[in-house]
Amino acid sequence: MSSNGIPGPDSEVALRVKAMESLLLEKGLVESSAIDELIDMFENRLGPWNGAQVVARAWSDPEYKAWLLKDGTGAIADMGFAAVQGEDMVVVENSAEVHNMVVCTLCSCFPWATLGLPPVWYKSAPFRSRAASDPRGVLAEFGTEIGADAEVRVWDSNAELRYMVLPERPAGTDGMDPEALAKLVTRDSMIGVTNVAPPG
Amino acid sequence: MNGVHDMGGMHGFGSIIEAVDKPQFHEEWERRTMGMVNAAMAGFQFSVDEFRYAIERMAPAHYLDSSYYEHWLEGTLTLLIEKGLFSQAEFDARITDLRTAYKGSQS
Repeated sequence: MSSNGIPGPDSEVALRVKAMESLLLEKGLVESSAIDELIDMFENRLGPWNGAQVVARAWSDPEYKAWLLKDGTGAIADMGFAAVQGEDMVVVENSAEVHNMVVCTLCSCFPWATLGLPPVWYKSAPFRSRAASDPRGVLAEFGTEIGADAEVRVWDSNAELRYMVLPERPAGTDGMDPEALAKLVTRDSMIGVTNVAPPG
Repeated sequence: MNGVHDMGGMHGFGSIIEAVDKPQFHEEWERRTMGMVNAAMAGFQFSVDEFRYAIERMAPAHYLDSSYYEHWLEGTLTLLIEKGLFSQAEFDARITDLRTAYKGSQS
């Protein structure tokens, strides 16, 4: 990286990326338009607003919720959010008794179709190293306290199997429609490091 | 392989919360790398498993001392060269060309 942090020819890594891109394009191994299309998809079209709609529907429709917990891949595809790389989705439900949290200790596997690209902290060594060995400590860093009588379960994602948390529906949301409910659901609550806060 | 990438249970990496709210891409080359690697996988130049394994084969000290998208870059370069899609010599020559072109534009 350049000393001023600005990418340029003096940044060795930026130069290496540029060299790789020019060879890939020159040899017809990738198309420039495909790169632009994928950047647009990952930045603008895939994101936690998709997962929030899945959660809101599950909170509103018991039959859908049962389907989602039994066959996450199928129930999520029903919302139009298809797997990007053919991976399977498993949805785990939070309750007063069980709190679930997702990690990828080996790298950064994440449910792209429903949550988009993983946040920087999810890919970081501190989270990857500690999520499984000290989950309550990790949750406390996010300001999430889980009662001693509740069980904490940690799910380690891999390339073929991606987990998403179905957070608990907060109090004070009776009568809210799925559209309003979806607005309450955060990315971090679907990774399981936080809970969904009540409205207001 | 029980390598340095297998971070579960390791100690001493510090606070998680410091990384919260960091931008997805710090520099434009990271965005391009994300798009390029996904385009290469979408075009079946290599699979996600090959990609991850190539990252896991990085030298441990380099792995720990480099950023997330540097892992993507180095893993992809390893695979492209191993598969003979271009050679290390071609890559090195391209680096030299780009540097020369930049110096030319500055003079």
